[in-house]
Amino acid sequence: MSEVLYKFTRSIPDWRPRIEPVKLDEANSDQLEALQITPSNTKVSDYVLTLAHDVESLKVRSPLFNAIMYDKGGMSRSEREIGAIGASIVNRCIYCASVHASRHAQLTKSDEVTDKIFADGENAKLSVRDAAILKFSVKLSDSPSRADKDDFNELKKVGLNEEEILDLILSTSLFGWANRLMHVLGDPVPPTVHGD
Amino acid sequence: MCSYLMGAMDEVKMKNVFETTVLSLSGLKISSETKKAIQNRSNIFIMSDAAEDAVLRPKEYGAFDHGMRAALAARIAFQNQEDGLAHKYLEGAGNFKKVANPSYKGETKDLKSILSFMDKVAKDTRNVVVEDITALKSAHVNDADIVRLAELNSFMAYQIRLITGLRLMKGAEDERGIV
Repeated sequence: MSEVLYKFTRSIPDWRPRIEPVKLDEANSDQLEALQITPSNTKVSDYVLTLAHDVESLKVRSPLFNAIMYDKGGMSRSEREIGAIGASIVNRCIYCASVHASRHAQLTKSDEVTDKIFADGENAKLSVRDAAILKFSVKLSDSPSRADKDDFNELKKVGLNEEEILDLILSTSLFGWANRLMHVLGDPVPPTVHGD
Repeated sequence: MCSYLMGAMDEVKMKNVFETTVLSLSGLKISSETKKAIQNRSNIFIMSDAAEDAVLRPKEYGAFDHGMRAALAARIAFQNQEDGLAHKYLEGAGNFKKVANPSYKGETKDLKSILSFMDKVAKDTRNVVVEDITALKSAHVNDADIVRLAELNSFMAYQIRLITGLRLMKGAEDERGIV
């Protein structure tokens, strides 16, 4: 059995469930609907099959996730990813951090910001705007939250408008949710190397 | 449709948005300066309330009925110093009200394991390990109910942080003298 990864990594790990995922051939009609199984789409990740144990939650969470991370307007997609990464650093969700660092790098065409975050966490030396975003997301993610009016005012000071701040609050909060599923219900393990 | 009627429908829609759990507890008002930002994301606030229904009051509730879920939600809200949210959920906790008290650790071995798990996921997520899941299984919690507990805890993390963030927006408005 592969060893569990404990350090942040740029290589997106595999995710190994800690409980038995729903078996696709035993899924009921509600589960199949939530999994969006069609004759041409029968490939479902172990993560989604694990969440299918609670199909009512799965059905509402997926569209909510997509709206918060991808809806148009407001904060840029790459900055929403910093909110996700900030939460994932606090909750030590290696898998989420890796996936969303990768998305940030794709969107900005640079690894620089996320390399610094992986190396130095909350104290990473970033642009003043990225630093304020990261700091806010880290402090909001703590339990209880440490984000205060000074952190909020810093966001305004570095130029974020109300729409962008709301999107940051949403993406950070969403990863309070996502991290607690991904990190609690499974382990990140080295990616499988497929031969030719 | 005439523009007057469309405007009236928009007003009703926005009123519904400001009555969602997170916005009502944030203190933000429909007349607030942040209205445009909230209007742009009104679908998200409506979906967040739908998620609350799915997680707190599902049709298929497994081993944890609506009262127990409300009590666990209130417990997590208290732990995060969101007392307003905690009291909202406490109203639905029925016979499980004592579970909402963070200092209550449970009377049976199984309940102790469940509460210990929920507390760790809520407050110390980063240190949750496979042994915590094993302990739940030993407490006779099946796989589906483990996912249900994780979803409840995770949703509460989202809802609490959203309220906290929105309240900071409200605080900034107050400082600028916007009513």
